[in-house]
Amino acid sequence: MFEVRIHGRGGQGVVTAAEMLSIAGFTEGLWAQAFPSFGSERMGAPVTAFCRLDEREIRSREPVNTPDALIIQDPTLLHQVKVFDGLAKNGYVLINSKRSLAELGIAEFLAGLPAANVMAIPATELAIKHVGRPLPNAVLLAGFCAVTGRIRLASVEAAIRKKFPTAVAERNIAAAREAFAMVSEARGGQGTQQVTTAEGAKRHAEAV
Amino acid sequence: MLKQCEGSVAIAEAVALCRPEVICAYPITPQTHIVEGLGSLVKSGALTNCEYINVESEFAAMSVAIGASACGARSYTATASQGILFMAEAVYNASGLGLPIVMTVGNRAIGAPINIWNDHTDSMALRDAGWIQIFAETNQEAVDLHIQAFKLAEALSMPVMVCVDGFILTHAYERVDVPSQADVDAYLPPYEPRQVIDPDEPVTIGAMVGPEAYMEVRYLAHAKQMQALELIPELAAEFKAKFQRDSGGLIRTYRTEDAETIVVALGSVNGTIKDVVDAMRADGVRIGAVSLISFRPFPSQALHDALAHAKRVITIEKSLSVGIGGNVSHNLRMAIQNPQVRMYTVIAGLGGRAVTRVSLDRVFREAMDDRLEPLHFLDLNHEIVDRQLERERLVRRSGPVAESVLRDVGGVTAGIK
Repeated sequence: MFEVRIHGRGGQGVVTAAEMLSIAGFTEGLWAQAFPSFGSERMGAPVTAFCRLDEREIRSREPVNTPDALIIQDPTLLHQVKVFDGLAKNGYVLINSKRSLAELGIAEFLAGLPAANVMAIPATELAIKHVGRPLPNAVLLAGFCAVTGRIRLASVEAAIRKKFPTAVAERNIAAAREAFAMVSEARGGQGTQQVTTAEGAKRHAEAV
Repeated sequence: MLKQCEGSVAIAEAVALCRPEVICAYPITPQTHIVEGLGSLVKSGALTNCEYINVESEFAAMSVAIGASACGARSYTATASQGILFMAEAVYNASGLGLPIVMTVGNRAIGAPINIWNDHTDSMALRDAGWIQIFAETNQEAVDLHIQAFKLAEALSMPVMVCVDGFILTHAYERVDVPSQADVDAYLPPYEPRQVIDPDEPVTIGAMVGPEAYMEVRYLAHAKQMQALELIPELAAEFKAKFQRDSGGLIRTYRTEDAETIVVALGSVNGTIKDVVDAMRADGVRIGAVSLISFRPFPSQALHDALAHAKRVITIEKSLSVGIGGNVSHNLRMAIQNPQVRMYTVIAGLGGRAVTRVSLDRVFREAMDDRLEPLHFLDLNHEIVDRQLERERLVRRSGPVAESVLRDVGGVTAGIK
């Protein structure tokens, strides 16, 4: 089981991000479960969403308390909400920020994590550039693919196409591709992984 | 077709496959996406021969469903929480008149204090209304139970409530196999009403019934629910033969054969419970679980057969019968008359509080060590409760409870994870 927790604010597509990640996982033949933890359904209020990926049926319904990966869509949450609670020792962290990790002042939370597992991505800027709106979710999912190697970018692109009308989807995909290339380059060219199951390979071929 | 989608969307598609002729829609969280999904299917033309009626309240939703059903139309609506309370009078009428309406309840807590999150208080408030109540464990089962519900309702001429955990299922994306129209058509025949308002053959429906016949009419509703005890497993078996899936039935057992401790629960929390059972089994603990699918009718015999050999039975209940404890466990005590079986009631998950594997593991082990009190409140913050009780002892005008407790807990953002 691989568990992901996504933090952001109402209006940033946090819930949609978890849903898209689950669709991407499904596309690869995995079992996937995404669900929100609604607080107040208001623009700007802190929102959390969860996604689990596994090679067998996912039965547990509890929130993700010990995530393998964190996606933080809004860096202003870093010092307001306990976003790092329960993060696995070798976990992954993706933060939407144009600032460097050192500038974010969160060294104490990142201590002990492999350096290659933590990445700040200027997702809002990339989204504004390609989509025209500050919606960082698709960009961060592309970063997730590059950093964790758990899901292929093509599967995320398929999920984006499922969730958005064609024109919006294509712009998000352009943003996602730039983010993926950016992160892959920063990691020395790594950033893809094979589909894990035979069922996934088939569904993947159909979807892409 | 196997797909990854939101529970509400899958439920809407399943209801549409049942070819409802009247859908009465009034939005309330967390059910809204279901009727929105059905609205889209009617508008796009995917669902034809269906009157989609936006009503002005939940009371109207059920009233219109009653009228439509009495005219011989297959009728559907969905609600939750305050919505089911607001329609309560009509809910009783639907069953009293013997009208086979199917209603989804996206289970949610009841206010005050206002709370949009999941528990079972809403369905439990109407447990004695004469409706069949079946609870889904997964979104796949939610889809399958709706298809079975129309068949069950119409076979008995009795309404069926399909209870689906709000947010936990309605808003969860997971894999769901949505059946084909041809397969659903083969399983669910067209509606043939027992009674119908027809100008060519006029009848009255809804007579005033005095002491001379009221008990008989009410008893007949009970007799029909006893028939449902036979019919529900038959329909589930028929469903399995057609769709190759175990969905529905009265109860579903999990690793209970040699279990000394058996956990009973309604709905989606059974998934989490099964994970805990597997982990404890790996430690050599003889524990199992029973998913109670049909709450009304209450399958006393099936539960007796599944539980009578256990040393202890723990019910995990997402509703509180204030002043006594658990609804499920008190029904269960009637089913298991053996006083040797120790019974524990664990009230859990009220108002959307997460029911975690860690907490379940703890209470199961406490029960096995005879350290659990008969009525336990999972993860209740006793310090906060005591602080409020102390405040009320000290000050006459202690103020509104919910606001005080919220202040003591530390505000909204402190609790957000």
